[in-house]
Parts: sequence; C-alpha cells; structure tokens
Amino acid sequence: MRHLYTWSAIAMVVIASTAGDILLAKAMREIGDLGQLRQQKGILPVVARVLGSATFLLAVLFMAVAFFSLLIGLSWADVSLVAPAAASLTFVTNTAAARIFLKENVDRRRWFAALFVAAGVLLIAH
Amino acid sequence: MNFRKYLVLLSIVVFSAAGDVMLSRGMKQTGEIHLQNLGSVFSALGNFWILLGIVFLLVFFASYLTSLSWADLTFVLPTTSFSYVVLALLAYTMLHERISVERWCGIMLIVAGVGFVAGGPSHTETAAKTAPPKLPDAEFVEARK
Repeated sequence: MRHLYTWSAIAMVVIASTAGDILLAKAMREIGDLGQLRQQKGILPVVARVLGSATFLLAVLFMAVAFFSLLIGLSWADVSLVAPAAASLTFVTNTAAARIFLKENVDRRRWFAALFVAAGVLLIAH
Repeated sequence: MNFRKYLVLLSIVVFSAAGDVMLSRGMKQTGEIHLQNLGSVFSALGNFWILLGIVFLLVFFASYLTSLSWADLTFVLPTTSFSYVVLALLAYTMLHERISVERWCGIMLIVAGVGFVAGGPSHTETAAKTAPPKLPDAEFVEARK
C-alpha cells in the first residue's frame, strides 16, 4: 500500500513537472528571444511580459504542484528513491510531450540523449 | 548557436549545480526538519548559504527561461543535464561526499547523452527554415537546358 502511495506521488511529480516544462517552453516561444527583446526594450518590459503571460503563470502553478507532490512523496519514501525516479522519468515524458504538444522534431539522437540521461540520473542516485 | 547562447547554457549548468550545493550546505547547518514542525523550514531562510543558494537558483531560472526562448526543450534539457555531473564533482570536492563506481557510471552516461544532442541543431523549426535549398530536380535542370 505504501508502495502505491509512493509511486502515485512520483507519478504526480512526473505529470505536473512535464506539464510545467512544456507550458514554460510554450510561453517562452510565444514571447520570443529574450536576449533580443532585452536589447530592444530593456530588462523591465521583458520581465513584465514574462510575468504577464498566462501560459507562464500556469506553468509556474504546475511546477508548484510538482514541488508539493515531491514533498509529500518524500514523507512516504526515501529521497534517494523519489527524487531520481521522478527526475529520470521526467526526462522521458518531457521528450515525448515535446514531440506531441510542441511539435519538436525529436529525432533518434534526442531520444538516445533522453534515455542515456535518464539512466545516468538513476545510477547517480544509487 | 552563438557565443552568447553557449554562455546562457553554461550559466544554467553552473548556477543550478552551485545553487543546490549551497542549499545542501545551508540545510546541513540548519539541521533536520521534523514532520511535526514543518514551519521550522522558514528559519532556514535566515541562513547565509540558503539565501545565496536561492539567488543562484533565481539566476538559473532566468537563464533557463532565456534558453527556452530560442531553443527546443528537447535540446535544453539533455544539454543542461551536465549540471548533474558538475553537482557530483562539487559535492565530491566541497562537501567531501564519496562518489561510488555506480555514480561515476551514471556521470559517464549523462556525458554521453549530452554529447548526443550537443552536435545537433538547437532549434528544429529554425533549422528547417535555414536548411539548404533543395537541389534542383531533374525537370528544372531539363528546363534550363
């Protein structure tokens, strides 16, 4: 039963942080190259534009959900299981979600990268 | 990708790893937080290393946002996962944590993963737009003759 709780918390972290990352990437793509914007308009209008983006705020909300799910998960299981399991699964789900929702061109090279990094994160946590 | 963009990626790697190390150092000084007393987590905010760590992580977040404004998520994530390697090295040298053989293997896998994407295009939409024009097809060549 405890296993079930732990893995549902991990699943929650993975889903919420994937949604957060995808929305963040979408928001930034809508806003445009921040470096160029800053050169044209200065730093404050850029900050205002980012903070005024509904997609950005929704992304932050999902990241907050992910953070609190992580805290809850940590109260049920060891950090050495929860944190790396969530981080490495998120690499894989992010890659799939970027392909589906952001229409990114995820070629074999990027899939290998995601899987290698996910495996590496799992090993580092040992 | 120009020099400025590489600097942004580098700053993601450095600031996230250094920020985490500072948080870890600060929390070790603050002491364990018990579930019955979760509010005591706020007392950690008075610690110098925690505050410096938060500043570093804010710089990391700003750099992360900047990179996403001109690069694909599937490029930024694997490339900047190099910060796990920097984190392990910082923990080894500054926090004197022991790094096992499994961890070194994990580090090698991440480095390999970074190598996979680093050679590719950072933004696939732009890459498609700036791709070299298709070679003239046979009909076109024929017509020119």
